[in-house]
Amino acid sequence: MRRSREPFLWALFSGGGMASALLLPAIAFLLWIAVPLGWVEGGSYETLFALVRHPLVRLVLFALISLFLFHWAHRLRYTLYDGLQLYHLNQLIAVVTYGIASFMTVVAAYILWVFA
Amino acid sequence: MGEPLNPRYRLYHPKWHRTRIPIFWWLRSFAYIKFISRELTSLFVAYAGLLLLIEVSVLARGEAAYGRFLAWLQSPAVLALNAFVLLALLFHTFTWLNLAPRALVLRVGKRRVPDALVLVAHYSAWIAASALLAWLILRR
Amino acid sequence: MPETITLEVQRYRPEDEAEPVFERFDVPFRADWMVLDALNYIKDNLDGTLSYRWACRMGVCGSCGMMVNGQPLLTCATYLERLLPGPIRVEPLKGFPVIRDLVGDITDFLEKLSRVKPWIVREEEKPLAEGEYLQTPEQLADYEQYSMCINCMLCYAACPIYELEPDFIGPAAIAIAQRYNLDSRDEGVQERLDVLSQHDGIWACTFVGECSVVCPKNVDPAGAIQRYKVAATADWFKSVLTPWANR
Ligand code: SF4
Repeated sequence: MRRSREPFLWALFSGGGMASALLLPAIAFLLWIAVPLGWVEGGSYETLFALVRHPLVRLVLFALISLFLFHWAHRLRYTLYDGLQLYHLNQLIAVVTYGIASFMTVVAAYILWVFA
Repeated sequence: MGEPLNPRYRLYHPKWHRTRIPIFWWLRSFAYIKFISRELTSLFVAYAGLLLLIEVSVLARGEAAYGRFLAWLQSPAVLALNAFVLLALLFHTFTWLNLAPRALVLRVGKRRVPDALVLVAHYSAWIAASALLAWLILRR
Repeated sequence: MPETITLEVQRYRPEDEAEPVFERFDVPFRADWMVLDALNYIKDNLDGTLSYRWACRMGVCGSCGMMVNGQPLLTCATYLERLLPGPIRVEPLKGFPVIRDLVGDITDFLEKLSRVKPWIVREEEKPLAEGEYLQTPEQLADYEQYSMCINCMLCYAACPIYELEPDFIGPAAIAIAQRYNLDSRDEGVQERLDVLSQHDGIWACTFVGECSVVCPKNVDPAGAIQRYKVAATADWFKSVLTPWANR
């Protein structure tokens, strides 16, 4: 039987979907709304810097960011494919979406690696 | 049956009718609009991932760079954008967690865990994860 | 209570018209009538040429599904009263090519259904003398929900993916595959997985979820498909991580 790569991509999609569902609302609210507006104490530069400097945190961040991107790539691929009925562009859409996700994963690895 | 009025019709050759699907088919019903919105939340998941990456690289460049980043976050347009992003992410979270029990069958021994319990477990995990993040970020 | 109610029924007579048209019929309104009763009234009293399918009139045969005001419904289980004041638009099930009036060609569904081997597959049949295959109530509960399917195809009519990609094997076929996969007496899991782990099997589905909303028997085909995806993914990782265990 020809082995489809779909299960692997779906696993990345689901992993990213679950991780983003559980973590992103809190991250977006705290880092990008509450801290800039001064609604909360803390979230200072020192705290955040110390947090990100920890290798384990950076490893987790790398995994998360990559999963988020593959979640996006997978969903957008199907949205373009079905939503706009672009069946003839199937291959192209897959290459572009997963390609961007893979490329940004490498960029994320680089940024998080040179951090230290 | 008299003479056929449709000149293209031939007896005993069935002639199907197929409806064409409009390009904006997902505007046809509320359920489809909800579906397509749910799928489009993925744009904001990717946006959040990239913003997170930018924030890390800004933190690496020192306190002054982070100050500029904060000022950028405080500008009204960016705040409005991020508020909208937050709403989209919440929509993603609710739709995702609500559907989770439909995909997951958990078993304890021979018994299947009831869907309601799987749902409660997911929401508890969300609350716990958010609390953990708040503790990590707001520590002094 | 009104005296009559109006139905706008799709007519398609390929010998006479290139495109379907709607025809209006006024039928007596009765509180205990279903949409199917109104159609039967039309056929018996107003126009005997109206074509549509029905059989049991009690929500079991699965043949009277139609689009009623745009929703896929069993016409034998939909009260006229629910649709007051009318007019009520009756069309054939969406997604199937129309042969005549309200009758769609369902060959595609029947072929797909047989593709998933909707029967108990055994590597070796037990001799009759050894008696029946026993099953506990818990084992029955694992698949019972999926065995409720009456093949009415409402889920296909609700599914935008089936409409867009007619190759998609579709909600009910996958739910029925699950019905046998989860049966303790069955040994055909792998054969069905080979059929369903393709793009036009489970992977075309993006969990729109409407199939489960319209299903009159609470089969939850959408849930069945997602569960199948989880199982297929687990199977994939197993075969990649332990290649020596492959068949
Ligand atoms: S799954 Fe439900 S809607 Fe689909 S054919 Fe079976 S009974 Fe009908």
